[in-house]
Amino acid sequence: MIRIDVSKCMHCGACVGTCPVNAMFLNDAALEVYDNCIDCGLCVKVCPVAALTMIKK
Amino acid sequence: MEEFDVVVVGAGPAGSITAKYAAMGGATVLMLEKRQEVGSPVRCGEGIARKWIDEVGIRLDKRWIAHEVKGAKLVSPDGTEFRIDEEHAGSEVGTIIERDIFDKALAEDAVKAGAELRLKSAVRSLTFEESGKVNGVKVESLEGTYEVKAGAVVGVDGFESQIGRWGGINTSIKPNDITSAIQYRMVDIEPDPDYAEFFLGTTWAPGGYVWIFPKSETSANVGVGILLSNVNEPGDARKYLNKFIENRPYLKKGKVIEIVSGGVPVSAPLDETVKDGLLLVGDAARQTNPLTRGGIANGCIAGKIAGETLSEAVKEGDFSSSFLMRYENGWRERLEEELYRDWMAKEKLIGLNDDTLNKMISVLSESDIDELSVYRILEEIRKRYPELVREIEDLL
Repeated sequence: MIRIDVSKCMHCGACVGTCPVNAMFLNDAALEVYDNCIDCGLCVKVCPVAALTMIKK
Repeated sequence: MEEFDVVVVGAGPAGSITAKYAAMGGATVLMLEKRQEVGSPVRCGEGIARKWIDEVGIRLDKRWIAHEVKGAKLVSPDGTEFRIDEEHAGSEVGTIIERDIFDKALAEDAVKAGAELRLKSAVRSLTFEESGKVNGVKVESLEGTYEVKAGAVVGVDGFESQIGRWGGINTSIKPNDITSAIQYRMVDIEPDPDYAEFFLGTTWAPGGYVWIFPKSETSANVGVGILLSNVNEPGDARKYLNKFIENRPYLKKGKVIEIVSGGVPVSAPLDETVKDGLLLVGDAARQTNPLTRGGIANGCIAGKIAGETLSEAVKEGDFSSSFLMRYENGWRERLEEELYRDWMAKEKLIGLNDDTLNKMISVLSESDIDELSVYRILEEIRKRYPELVREIEDLL
């Protein structure tokens, strides 16, 4: 699963647009990851500031 | 329940232009913006051309013009420079703007044309008729959660667009069609005030480029975009930008007053951008230029076509996908050829090594090329290094 470091997150949405299964949502200032996440890790790689990490369930 | 002819999701430039032209044509229009402020935080390099501004009815306004440049400068991995002046450059970059002020000015135009704008209003889902036609949105806002009915919903929700995917349009793109980007607005530096600079090469930006867009004599947007397929470690974009700045004393002494990050689509055009009761415009429709990464011009040009189509749809009472195809056909006729050609050029460019880039820019710097188009550049390179161009001759 994906862990969000809220102190690093820029709320830019790069991860949301990259997610191939639409498992993320960003409102004005909060990022959410849903259960349909497939642990592909693309959001972790695309994040320009390394705010996301993949951790074992 | 409230009802509007058109609900526009996202109040960036493309959203405001869509809303403005729909409202001017007599549609009732609601614009929903999830942020508390239009245009902020900025998520853009802020370099635009001027040639398309008249086409979409934007009036030049010195409130949002930060700085004007004479042209563009391409810098090869070995430091060779190729300069081209804007009047000959196909005008890809000429004006550096203040996006927050620009976006607000366009939203003001939309509101003056009759559109209603609601801030801090995030769309959480679409609603559908039994037939499958999109007929509204669910909104979370300061007023709580509510539904709005609409003849058509327009997804102008940027790179992170979800409206399309919720409505059954596949907007997913591949890692080599996605750019991870970060930019610092730097002050107390002396950028070349006359040129927008682009630095190529695997050392600085694998599969992309570093840009320096001067915002004044002493400040600039300094950013990098790298292809997702070239990212090895999380946070690579920021590491590449820091390395670029670290290696240049004239930048290293500067101070950062703003950090901007984001994703940029650099894909070929989507197969479809309309469904019954649904349209996508701008970055959401992947209309961004895949070579320059510029998204404002194409988004606004497509937005005008969308707004005009929607005002006709209201008059006809027809929001079916077959009617809305007028928008899809319109934007493809205006933009698709260039988008596809520049996407192919990007695909070729990302495969070139630094040695080849050095040769190409060296040829250009010695040439008297007066037009910055993919066609002219390749033609010039073919004269000296036909083998470099052989495999991309289909572009010519």
